[in-house]
Amino acid sequence: MNTILGTWHWLTTAEHYRGTAGVPHRLLEHVVISGIAVGLAVLIALPLGLWLGHVGHGGAVAINVSNIGRAIPTFAILVLLATVPSLFGDAGAVLALLVFAIPPILTNAYVGMREVDPDVREAAVGMGMAGITLVRRVELPLALPLVAAGVRTATVQVVATATLAAYVGAGGLGRFIADGFGLQDTPMILSGAILVALLALVTEIGLGRLEVGLTPGRRRGSPTPGGAAQVRG
Amino acid sequence: MLCGGRGFGRGGGHATVPFVAANPWFSWSYITQHASELLSATRQHVALTVWSVLVATCIAVPMAVVARRWGWSRGTILTGVGILYTIPSLALISVLQAYFGLRPITVEIALVGYALLIIVRNTLIGLDGVPAEVREAALGMGFGPTRLLTRVEIPLALPSIMAGIRVATVSTIALVTVGAIVGNGGLGGLILEGLNNLYRAEIMAAALGCVLLAFIADLLLLGLQRLVTPWTRRRAG
Repeated sequence: MNTILGTWHWLTTAEHYRGTAGVPHRLLEHVVISGIAVGLAVLIALPLGLWLGHVGHGGAVAINVSNIGRAIPTFAILVLLATVPSLFGDAGAVLALLVFAIPPILTNAYVGMREVDPDVREAAVGMGMAGITLVRRVELPLALPLVAAGVRTATVQVVATATLAAYVGAGGLGRFIADGFGLQDTPMILSGAILVALLALVTEIGLGRLEVGLTPGRRRGSPTPGGAAQVRG
Repeated sequence: MLCGGRGFGRGGGHATVPFVAANPWFSWSYITQHASELLSATRQHVALTVWSVLVATCIAVPMAVVARRWGWSRGTILTGVGILYTIPSLALISVLQAYFGLRPITVEIALVGYALLIIVRNTLIGLDGVPAEVREAALGMGFGPTRLLTRVEIPLALPSIMAGIRVATVSTIALVTVGAIVGNGGLGGLILEGLNNLYRAEIMAAALGCVLLAFIADLLLLGLQRLVTPWTRRRAG
């Protein structure tokens, strides 16, 4: 009971919302670190996945990369990168998060392109479409729900894993948990946990809504990803 | 699997930090000198994983059966396990440690929570995939609901359930490491220790150990899957 009251007290203390160690600044750090990681992952994995799916090669590679990725602990990669002095902190965190954001985006883009009905593709080719036009006008719109699901999975995962980055000197909401453990301050730990969980849920639900909006006529039913599962961090 | 290790090795070779010579990315001598330490950490890692996946399976399969039998509960169950899965592991473990302390059960509850989604979802996919004709034939042969479930539906869903257990096991092995934050992380303990000493060989050994464990567990479960579903192999062959 004391812990719950203490946490409520921590969350409602105005002092915890000011300055560079306050909640708004930590939230901003969290969002910026996650945003950069996801943005870079999209830039790298999306064109590659779409291209591999379009030409229909390298599927085994794309899927295997995802499966191996699941077995590598995110925590280990974060810590390993942090042992390079120039990467300790935000830079190493972004790099580690990027590594784990690529597989779901890559796999879903590949699977999405591959799952386009061959008859539809053939009809488009018969109409004289080829190359970029075929991708842009036919394949990509049909693959969009799965592609979007991949980006959502990666984003939620990055937001969650960015919490761990506090242990390797990065900013973000995880700092309240890591510092709270250091200070043996349970209300601080629990407040950090609640804030992080809320951010992850808001990200998941918000992107889920966006995804439903991107799916014309809800062709694929519920917005459940059919490709890669999220790597937990 | 080993490519990751070599990749990082190359990166280390190019880094121009003063202590790089004394701080290799990979060291056999570390592994041989700390074999007993690595072994006991691995033992804890395996124990946490096996316990969590077993408990998760015992909860998730009945949950999926309930979700399928009573349609109204399906959305609630899927949303519930989905929300649980979304909560960052560090947050969940932190909350649990406030009540359960620095004990293995803190980590185990979190691991069970995350494995639920994967196994529930796969079991549901498997049960949904049982052809209606098969179900009708069984009913026509006089099977009651319980016998229908245990003798027809579950066996037919088994490949999908096993696939879920495999994915859950591999991700649990990776996730156990976060338990180090509350002193029960198996090989994760060595990762955290390596972070405090900035000792790369220790971190790398623990990370490779996790990947190796995941690889072995996946192979064993694949063998088990083949053993309990011999008909799928015959059909495929």
